[in-house]
Order: sequence, then C-alpha cells, then structure tokens
Amino acid sequence: MRPLFREMSSFTHDTAAELQGPDWLAGRRAAALERFDDTGLPTEQEEIWRYSRISELDLDAYSPVTGDGDGGGETGIPEDVRSSVEAVGAHSGLIVTRNGRVAHAGLDPDLAERGVELGDLLAAPDGDDLLGSVAAPGTDPFTDLATAFVAGGVLVRVPAGVTVDAPIVVVHWIDHDGAAVFPRTVVVLGANAEATVVERYQSADVAAFVDPVVELDVGDAARLRYANVQELGPRVWQTAYQASRVGRDAELTSTAVALGGDYARLRTDARLEGRGGSSRLMAVYFGSAATMHDFRTLQDHSAPQTTSDLLFKGAVADTAKGVYSGLIRVRKDASGTNAFQTNRNLVLSEGAGAESVPNLEIETNDVRCSHASAVGPIDEEQRYYLESRGVPPEVAERLIVLGFFDEVLQRLPSPTLAARLRERLAARLGGEA
Amino acid sequence: MSELVVSGLRAAVGGQEILRGIDLRVESGQVHAVMGPNGSGKSTFAHVIMGKPGYDVLGGSVTLDETELLDLPTWRRAQAGLFLALQYPTEVPGVPLEDALVEAVRARDDGNVDQVHERLANEAARVGLEARFLDRPLNVDFSGGEKKRNETVQLGVLRPKIALLDEIDSGLDIDALRAVSRRIEDETKENNLGVLVITHYSRVLRELEPDVVSVLRMGRIVATGGPEMAEELERTGYAGYDDDDEGEVAPAPSRDAAADPFADPLL
Repeated sequence: MRPLFREMSSFTHDTAAELQGPDWLAGRRAAALERFDDTGLPTEQEEIWRYSRISELDLDAYSPVTGDGDGGGETGIPEDVRSSVEAVGAHSGLIVTRNGRVAHAGLDPDLAERGVELGDLLAAPDGDDLLGSVAAPGTDPFTDLATAFVAGGVLVRVPAGVTVDAPIVVVHWIDHDGAAVFPRTVVVLGANAEATVVERYQSADVAAFVDPVVELDVGDAARLRYANVQELGPRVWQTAYQASRVGRDAELTSTAVALGGDYARLRTDARLEGRGGSSRLMAVYFGSAATMHDFRTLQDHSAPQTTSDLLFKGAVADTAKGVYSGLIRVRKDASGTNAFQTNRNLVLSEGAGAESVPNLEIETNDVRCSHASAVGPIDEEQRYYLESRGVPPEVAERLIVLGFFDEVLQRLPSPTLAARLRERLAARLGGEA
Repeated sequence: MSELVVSGLRAAVGGQEILRGIDLRVESGQVHAVMGPNGSGKSTFAHVIMGKPGYDVLGGSVTLDETELLDLPTWRRAQAGLFLALQYPTEVPGVPLEDALVEAVRARDDGNVDQVHERLANEAARVGLEARFLDRPLNVDFSGGEKKRNETVQLGVLRPKIALLDEIDSGLDIDALRAVSRRIEDETKENNLGVLVITHYSRVLRELEPDVVSVLRMGRIVATGGPEMAEELERTGYAGYDDDDEGEVAPAPSRDAAADPFADPLL
C-alpha cells in the first residue's frame, strides 16, 4: 500500500464535505474515505493488481469536481455526445452525466407511467439503500474512493414484470482537465423484468481520472442485457468496477468494449445467487499506442444449477498491453454449476504484449468448468489465404482482427451500435487515433 | 494473351529441396494438368508460385506476362492476375466473403467495388452455392464441396489471368465436381483463363479436360504430353514415370498412397 501525500491531496474529508448531496450521503462518504485511507492505494505486489501499472497512478494530480463553473454543473446534452447517442439507434431513455453530475435525463413517458425510473441515484428516496447494494463496501479501494467522492449517480429501475424493449442509454462525458470523476450507475430489475442498458464512457482530450462503479441487480427470472463501451481519451486513467447479482432463473448478458484510456481497468464480479441463474460475460478490447487495458473477472457461483460463460477477446498494437486475469469460484452450495472462461489475445506488433491468467476455485463436486486462454500473433494461414485473393497485408490484418472481434460484437444488444463500433475499430486498425 | 512461365524453379521446405528444377508453361485459354503422386511436390509447387511464407526459393523464375512473380509479395502476385484455389481453403472466422473480395478489388489500380455484390450473387448461382453462404464467415463450417464451390465463386469474381487449382477435386462429390469444372471451363472460353490444375487423380480431368498433361515426380516434370497421358496414367500408375535420379536424393515425405483418404483404387 502506498500513502497519499495528504498535504497535497484533494481527496480529503473537507473536499468530500464540499460536494453536494443528500443528508444520508455525508456519513457514507466519511466511512468510505476512512476505509480508503486505511487501505491506501494498491501496488503491483498484490495479486489482483499484478501486471498492472497502478503504481504509476498519481492520484494527487487530479481533484474532485466540487462545484459549478468547472464543467460540473452544466445541464443539457453536450454536443460531443450526440453522435454516440444516435449510434445506439432507437432508445427508450437517455441519461447523460457530465464530469460526474447528471446533466440530462429523459424517459419514454409510457415507461415512466408503468413505473420505470431513470434519474439521479442520489435523489432517489431509497438512494442510501441502493448505493453499494451490489458493489459491497471494502471490496476494492477504488470503490471506496468512488463512494467517498460520488457527485451524482444514475439509477435505472424497472419494476417487476415490466419489459423495456428499446435500450436505455447512459452516457458519461468528461471534459474537465484534471478532474477526478466518480460515475455511479445502479441498475435494478424487478422479478421477471426485462431491459437493455447501453452505457458509454467518453471524454474530451483531457487528463482525468475516472473511477466508475456499476451495480447490476437482476431480480428473479429477470433478463438484463448490458453493454459498457469505453472510449475515453488517451490521457485518462480508469479504475472501473462492475458488480452484478443475478437472481433465481435470471439472465445477465454483459458486454464490455474498451477502446480508450491510458490505463483502463475494469474489474467485473458476477455473482450468481439464485438457483438456475446465468451470466454471459463478454468483452472486446483494442489497445494502441501505450494504452494498457486491464481486466479482472470473477464468476462467483453460490447457488446450484447456475451457469456462467465468459468470452474476452483483445488485441494489442504498437506498445499497448493487455491484461486478463479471471477466476471461476464455485462455492460449496453451487452443485450442478456450469462455468466456462475463454480469453484470447492477438498481439499485432513486437512491442505489444498480453498477459492471460485463468484460475479455478471449486469447492464442490458435480460441476462442469473449463477455461482456455491464448496469446499470439495473427494466424499466418488466414493472412496468406486473404493475401492470395489479392488483399494487401495491412487490410488482411484489419479484416482478420475485426473478424476475431465479431464473435462478441455481433452479440451486442444494439446492431447499430455494433456497426458503429466495427467502423471505429476499422479506423483504429487503419492507424487512426 | 497471357502466359505463366516457370523456368528452373527450385525450392526447399525446412532445408529439404522439394522442387528440383521445374519448367512449365500455361497460356490463356489453356488447361494444363500437372499430375503426380503424393509427395511429388504438387502442393509445394502451387504455394511457391503463390509466395506462401515458409518456402525457400533456391533458384529459377516464375513470370506472368514478363512480370517476375518471385520478386512480389503474395497479394501483388494475385493483383498481377494469379489465383490459387487451395486444396484445403482456410477458415477465416468473422470475415465474410464479400468483405474479402471487396478489399481485393479495391486494391487494384482500376478497382471498382460497385459490382462485387452482384457478381458474387451471379457466380454463386452459376456453381450452385446457396446464397446464405455468401454472408457467412469464409469457409467456417463449410463442407468440402461448399469450400470448393466458394473458391470457384471467388475465381469468377476476381477473374484472374491464370488460375492454379490445387487438388480441386478432393472432398468433392461428383455433382460439385461437375459444377466447379464446368464453371472453370467456361471461364477459359469466356475470359480466356489459363488453368494449371494440380492433381493426383485423373477423375477431375474427365470433367475439366486438359490440353496438356505434365507428370511431376520427385520435384521435376518427368513427362509432358496430350490429354491421352492422363488416361494412360490411370492404367499404369506413376511407376512408369520414375525419375532417373531417384536414387540420388532423399525420398520425399509420405509417398504412401494408402495413407491418402481420397486414394483412387484405380491407381
């Protein structure tokens, strides 16, 4: 653990107290900051941070966005995020945060009438119960930091039995240089509800620290399709935590797409707590220049007859690095579990590299588990095949990498978003920033 | 009029010389069959002409209309007018056929990609490849017959000057073989395609009639003749075409015809 240089730091109780929020939040902030101060910043010595660059994080270079006038209090949909909203296509609701505060929220009135909620988490009457209901305090120092300095949150709540057809879009926009931003999203699906949530993280070309926490609570027999698309700028550090709880016979399909950031971490914990629940976790990540994408996953089975299926696919170019470390944990009550984990990485240049570390921890019999991981260059036979048709080498490489990602992209809950991301990836593979 | 001219071509794989000086010509409108037993260097010959990595060219030249192909990377050879239909077409997950052909056409000097979609549909209909295969990833979960029809569709869209067909009949039922052969034969007439068909068995040559037959043994062309030579080979086998020098070189790998799942009992 590394101490913070307190005399220089903005991450103090005084700063936390300056942030707006409901009364219940003050005590939560103080408790979270105390936990964070006790643990301090992590280092690569800890297994869960191995291969990361976390020691390079200079937290004191950033400050929480405390008030108006620094891009924190402006409302409306920023011009820069309009195209990414359009990319999702038809949607039933849109909420936009800017530098961590809710700037716009709009929901199909029919859905509102049926009890669907889309708005600021901190303004919800039961916000105190919702915040941290799935992402338990003390799990990760950055989750505690996020609770201490949260300035606004997103709540998506679908009552029992209600189906939301078109996606609900959540966009987080960061354009304040030097900002430390703590986006919080809580998605709650009641029993037998169904919804699609597409969340996007984007920034202007600023230096920023973004510490998102996403809590997904999928009630019994509910079905949640969730996508998380990260296209932060090249000077942004991200330490994200996505926690989910999947109830009895419920289904979670989660897809992460990571294209940006300087160092961008996403820790995904998927807890299957009810009999017959299932989670499908997917990711694609493409790193260029000196980006590091760092994924930690936990498929946590604590109920019988549960299924989890994970497929993470990454590619690294230039001097980019990819890290994947995943654990399947089958607790002793989780008999009849099926759990699968696959991580594949394409290394596109000599200076790039990827680590892939799969793990199993099984405390019961009667389980079916498998894991597979691969790190390697583009398949020579595939390249030769395309080149023998007359496809130039750099184009063949682009086609093969896009094809490699397609297994995940084609399962995104929005085909228009998938098409947009294919274009974006194609441009990036063609050398665009 | 185009001409592929192979002169004195020598090549090695893993330090072992497989092609030991091949001379051969194929011109527009012509079907030239190269027949040989397993291990004679047939597939090596095709891949060396196409420029597959892992083969070391030791000497000789391969020209297409005065252009030295051995100096060019694979994709440039294809752009120069060469096409290789592979014995075992590679699966390319997530890459649709149309995307690959659009990029191949786009890279041409006069690349016009507008007609690729329509031509693909036409070509698929001509060889009996169901349209649903056109949207699938290249060769993924295709049967042997679908793969070869797919290679032929690509040939039809790309319209090369010279096509190398490496064991085009392996894994094909007779209907697929006829459809593929007829399409290639039509191409020799309609667009003056020159064809180098590389095969172990004469079966394909009953559908795709050769003008010239050469026999490849131990990395050399040991005989060249007319179409009647294919029939003769069917009767006598390759034993009659032993290379004079056979005793002087290390045996090529796997000449055991019994190990070949497509072995023709007539040979």
